[in-house]
Amino acid sequence: MEKEQLGQVLSELFPSLEINTSQDPVRVKADAGSIHSLAMTLRDDSRLQFDYLFNMYGIDREDRFTLVYYLESTLLRHIVAIETDLADHDNPVVESISDLWKTAEFQEREIYDLMGVSFTNHPDPRRLFLEDGWGFPLRKDYRDDINFIER
Amino acid sequence: MQEVELQDILTAREDGDYIINIGPQHPSTHGVLRFVVSLKGEMLEYVIPHCGYIHRGIEKMCERLTYPQIIHLTDRMDYLSAHMNNEAVSLLVEKATGVEVPERVKYIRTILSELQRIQSHQLWWAAFGMDMGGLTCFFYGLRDREKILDIFEESFGSRLLHSYICPGGLMNDIHPNFQKRTKEFIKYFRKKLPEFDELLTGNIIFEMRTKGMGVLSKEEAISYGLTGPPGRASNFACDIRKLYPYSAYDKVDFKEILYTEGDTWARYKVRMDEMWESMKIIEQLIDNIPEGDFTAKMKPVIRLPEGEYSQRVETARGELGVYVVSKGEKTPYRMHFRTPNFSNLFVMNRLAAGNKIADLIAISGSLDLVIPDIDR
Repeated sequence: MEKEQLGQVLSELFPSLEINTSQDPVRVKADAGSIHSLAMTLRDDSRLQFDYLFNMYGIDREDRFTLVYYLESTLLRHIVAIETDLADHDNPVVESISDLWKTAEFQEREIYDLMGVSFTNHPDPRRLFLEDGWGFPLRKDYRDDINFIER
Repeated sequence: MQEVELQDILTAREDGDYIINIGPQHPSTHGVLRFVVSLKGEMLEYVIPHCGYIHRGIEKMCERLTYPQIIHLTDRMDYLSAHMNNEAVSLLVEKATGVEVPERVKYIRTILSELQRIQSHQLWWAAFGMDMGGLTCFFYGLRDREKILDIFEESFGSRLLHSYICPGGLMNDIHPNFQKRTKEFIKYFRKKLPEFDELLTGNIIFEMRTKGMGVLSKEEAISYGLTGPPGRASNFACDIRKLYPYSAYDKVDFKEILYTEGDTWARYKVRMDEMWESMKIIEQLIDNIPEGDFTAKMKPVIRLPEGEYSQRVETARGELGVYVVSKGEKTPYRMHFRTPNFSNLFVMNRLAAGNKIADLIAISGSLDLVIPDIDR
């Protein structure tokens, strides 16, 4: 589906959300509380059919966290990026979407491990790479006194 | 983490089954990866991969490095797809700064990527044969892989970690012998690849150990984000070279290899067929490399304009995505790599559960895991 057409379908389905079609891919700014229901609609709507979550990552913006989900439809070949802000920087929590896409389970574990964003309803909320009590290295305020050299 | 494991072991003992540990230094994991395996007799109940033994924090290191410096880190993720990793970051920087690279660069990049793909599949075939008990495969595979590494060494002095493709083009021009030797190699390997088939493909023991093992449907492959040859073995058309062509892939004619079975055998066949397709691509390009500069004019200090950028390329193992958040400085604010092996690893439990312990090695071999790419 073309970008403008996709933007139109998205704005019909979610009239309250901010949709940016000038960027590539189309960006949707979603509310953190509704991310699961939004993802479910994107996956199951017959006009959209986003069945492939090919990437998700978190950004530490110092006052808040941003999660970005990249979805693609393997049938209709269109891409959308969902962006959501987690306002509570001390204790970022968001609902897991691992029941919709299996790959999300491990990408969420990676985000929790390196960034400290917790996911509710996650089937296996353990750390992935690092040991318990390590801290969250991808946060901007992370300090490692032994291996860090300040320039 | 340890509490959960201990509890698992205790409950498992009551049932009469037991837990064994494979790795982190097991020869068939091809890297530092550990599997915790629950067994009932010799049947696998579940497989838990434990990774992180060589986690270096590449994404964090990138936040302090300039873009030309980051190139050297990407080699060390999937070291068998070094050119493609370099290319991914280079393409992203060129896209963000609006630099158009010369045609010559595009052709050379595509040829190098395909040579790298053949080289990677050769090593995979050698190691896969060895995992399955055929030691001869290892010698045959490495013998032919050396020829490609020699071509690489002559052109840019390195055999594994090249850092040759950089933002704007290439580090330096190709060696005058490059075209001649690549053509010689293709001629040579077209005769030698059928030997691979004679040695392993038709072997009845090999067929019985791979056919029908670890079957994955297309829907599951998409849900698990399985890309590259394992994804295409489940009939998931995920070849970025076809879907979103970059470099010179829009100028060449090649087939996307798709199988419908989704078992270990199909994953094996996809890679064998891909080697033929890669040779076809190189043959179409090698005589037509246009004259011109080997690099575009880049600013001495590369700054990406503020915004978010992404680039996807197809490595030998699947889809590599590079994602950058820039604040207009010479270092990225946040850099993320979506690596193919990360998604491919976690399908292990789904594939292996219900099979015999001996098939675990065959199944993990058919996924062709490179561990530094998972840990980053």
